Amino acid sequence: MINNSLKQLGAMLASKQISSVEMTTEFLDRIDQHNPDINAYIALDRERTLAQAAAADARIAAGTAEPLTGIPIAQKDIFVAKGWQTTCGSRMLESFIGPYDAGVIERFDAAGAVNLGKTNMDEFAMGSSNETSYFGCVKNPWDRSRVPGGSSGGSAAAVAARLCAAATGTDTGGSIRQPASLCGFSGLKPTYGLVSRYGMIAFASSLDQAGPMAKSCEDMALMMNVMTGFDARDSTSLQRDKEDYTRGLPAMTGDKPLAGLRVGLPREFFADGLNAQVGSVVQAAIDEYCKLGAEIVSISLPNTRLSIPVYYVLAPAEASSNLSRYDGVRYGHRAPEYTDLMDMYCKSRAQGFGAEVKRRILIGTYVLSAGYYDAYYLKAQQIRRLIADDFAAAFTQCDVIMGPTAPGTAFRSGEKADDPVAMYLEDLYTIAVNLAGLPGMSIPAGFAEVEGKALPVGLQVIGNYFDEARMLDIGHAYQQVTDWHTRMPEGV
Amino acid sequence: MPISRSRIGIRACRRVFKVEWEVVIGLETHTQLKTNSKIFSGASTTYGAAPNTQACEVSIALPGVLPVLNQEAVRCAIKFGLAVNAEIAPRSVFARKNYFYPDLPKGYQISQYELPVVGKGALTIQVGDTEKVIRITRAHLEEDAGKSVHGAVEGMSGIDLNRAGTPLLEIVTEPDMRSAAEAVAYAKKLHELVQWIGICDGNMQEGSFRCDVNVSVRPKGTDKLGTRREIKNLNSFKFMQQAIEYETRWQIETLEDGGTIQQATVLFNPDTGETRAMRSKEEANDYRYFPDPDLLPLVISEADKDAVRADMPELPQAMKARFEAEFGLSAYDATQLTSTKEIAEYFDRAMLELVSFEGASAYKIGKTVANLIINDIAARVNKAGLPNIRHSPVTAWHIVCIAKSLADGSINLKAVREQIIPLIWDENLTEADAVIKIIEAKGLRQVSDSGAIEAIIDGVLAANVAMVEEYRAGKEKAFNALVGQAMKASKGKANPAQVNEMLKKKLG
Repeated sequence: MINNSLKQLGAMLASKQISSVEMTTEFLDRIDQHNPDINAYIALDRERTLAQAAAADARIAAGTAEPLTGIPIAQKDIFVAKGWQTTCGSRMLESFIGPYDAGVIERFDAAGAVNLGKTNMDEFAMGSSNETSYFGCVKNPWDRSRVPGGSSGGSAAAVAARLCAAATGTDTGGSIRQPASLCGFSGLKPTYGLVSRYGMIAFASSLDQAGPMAKSCEDMALMMNVMTGFDARDSTSLQRDKEDYTRGLPAMTGDKPLAGLRVGLPREFFADGLNAQVGSVVQAAIDEYCKLGAEIVSISLPNTRLSIPVYYVLAPAEASSNLSRYDGVRYGHRAPEYTDLMDMYCKSRAQGFGAEVKRRILIGTYVLSAGYYDAYYLKAQQIRRLIADDFAAAFTQCDVIMGPTAPGTAFRSGEKADDPVAMYLEDLYTIAVNLAGLPGMSIPAGFAEVEGKALPVGLQVIGNYFDEARMLDIGHAYQQVTDWHTRMPEGV
Repeated sequence: MPISRSRIGIRACRRVFKVEWEVVIGLETHTQLKTNSKIFSGASTTYGAAPNTQACEVSIALPGVLPVLNQEAVRCAIKFGLAVNAEIAPRSVFARKNYFYPDLPKGYQISQYELPVVGKGALTIQVGDTEKVIRITRAHLEEDAGKSVHGAVEGMSGIDLNRAGTPLLEIVTEPDMRSAAEAVAYAKKLHELVQWIGICDGNMQEGSFRCDVNVSVRPKGTDKLGTRREIKNLNSFKFMQQAIEYETRWQIETLEDGGTIQQATVLFNPDTGETRAMRSKEEANDYRYFPDPDLLPLVISEADKDAVRADMPELPQAMKARFEAEFGLSAYDATQLTSTKEIAEYFDRAMLELVSFEGASAYKIGKTVANLIINDIAARVNKAGLPNIRHSPVTAWHIVCIAKSLADGSINLKAVREQIIPLIWDENLTEADAVIKIIEAKGLRQVSDSGAIEAIIDGVLAANVAMVEEYRAGKEKAFNALVGQAMKASKGKANPAQVNEMLKKKLG
């Protein structure tokens, strides 16, 4: 059952082959068994979860079930959920209980999905290995000496180890796609504005976007149907007609379902910095796409080389301001002892935040300072526009862009922990997509042999704005003729 | 205007300054906008609720919450822009002003920085007989902070976030004012205007209208601005006057003594009448402004402006001009009548009725009606401490009845001022026919029957032969005395104009 698609799980529930309570219990038992080692979840609440499952069963019995009703989904701990511990991976919010529901949580609740628990993550989503979490590292189920990627590392490990049917993640610079690549499953960051940011704890507001993490593109399409939609409480939420992201999937069979599809390969994505084994896995996936009818177009994204420096100006700038509310005054961590107000601020924040968060607050404060603003923040905004223009130009030549998701495979815990720049390079191919606000997806493309272990490699698919349905079709077509996405790590 | 010594206080009188100084003043005014909910959330803005009962998740800045702009606040800003004939930005941007303070829940205030919603405009003030145009630099939308409450809990400070997120329009002038009197005249004029157009309740005690005043001095005749100090949070016109006068004197004396002025924020202490600089630490803030990524740029179209324009009341300046042109009022009277919207509407309503009854001849009695409203009604309203003229027992309709009776000669002004108005006021006779009833009940209808007047005059002439002689000998004064005698004999009811005319004829 744990390998079943969301559609299959839904069918099992609908046919009363299994109840949601039974299905949820099985996942909870698996979590009890494996989570102590993998550490994918920060917060679990069996009682609350099973109550939701029971309510789903009643709904199924009443005949008002929707596709995800009764299915246990893991929620990244960045989403505020009423009654749930909501930590964002930080000591700052260790004891914070959500007093309201995020837009995303509301949507899953309305769909009748079961909240299985809150998943581990890099502190305030700042990191690419899940090592900055106050609640400890997450282990990559494919090789437990390695990281799962980040910042959605808990959700990634939970999907890979089948500790949930599917999970949510958020992606500010690659935080859905890079862990999907490192843990061998499918992850999608939608167009900025498609999924409500209300109740999603902000890291960098102009880049943050939530999306699905699941075993297949078909599963992600069902998740997208629930997650997307206008939310008046988020001023950057887009008002669009509701889409059915599963609508194109049935046509993705036959001999050449992708005939005429123009796939752009950016020269810059296959240059220095890309691990050779990863490069050949990605090339093999592209060859497979050619067999499905796709045509290859060589394109250039000349300004993407600037995306990491631009990102590490803009994201910390926004973060330094977004994280100012954690001051120990109203909620969150307050130092037990202090002499005056300033001391209370300093000690509470010094104790509540970890090193990477502090580093980014300092960078952000610096680049926004009087005298530096024009040279850093304003310049970065200008380059951000150039990066978006590169993509706009590319999409006149091709329909989608493909390339590697991450430059390498999962690295060992601690390997890059002391080298922030090496860590930042993990997002070399993903960050530009956030800067442009485009949708990006990672799907399993095969394995690379590293030190005697087969480690997953992801293929990144970048689409034009609002092209998620087509991207899911393209991924689904590949998943119809390959089985990388069905592979599961040993020992779980 | 130079600072005369009397203007800057008693101490200065003892000093003769080496240089003639000029004070330069600019104002920043925070007007709280009259919206039902906060600027970026649905929480209520009602004043005086129990602490933190009007603080929703956005007001508290819980993790994950986002701001959504209240469109009513935008309409208020557009209204103001139209009222001061300002540029209204087709695209303006909300920015974050970052600083830490316990009553600032997000650690930043959402404001507007580089691109404000309202650009350059102007407001005309009147100081004495002179009109002066004060240039408005900009006006921008922003949110208010909460309040720190000290002492409510022993040894601790409390935070009340009811006010956090209340919409404010910060209105900034050019340094165009040259005296405390001009600054106060501007502040009063602005205070009237924002209430007139209905964007602010004007309640200064509750902090709905607060002024920061930038003051600098320079030798008269020089162009370069002196270093300014900003007097923060003045919430009464009296304090504003005192604070500016003290600050001006302090700066002049400091400079005369060879000192220099440091740019600073100062607070006015009403108990001592002095201004004092706040800690310099506060000055070191670098607010790290940047565009708020949670809010889209504010776009205002011509259609948006037209919709607000259609909803605008006639502005005081326009009404003043109309009163002068239509009713032949002096600039002074017209200014008085447009000092508040309520008075202007009261006068306008009365005149509209009169014109409908009397036709064009009503225009001639505009001046009389204006005088009655200014000197009798508005004065009584002020003295009684009523909120505005709408609360007066003497209604605009009463004024119409009085004016009609004055126009047709059935009563005289003396009866109106000494009997009719005091009676209505004191007895609270608000019914529509009160004026007619009083005229009849008190027998105030004046005698206009020429036969009756002639009989009275004949009697007076017979009884005052000496006066008649004096008049004939060229003593003009004697004529007035005879008029007085005739009026007295009629118990004040004779039509004075007729008495005059007939007396002249008889003596002629």
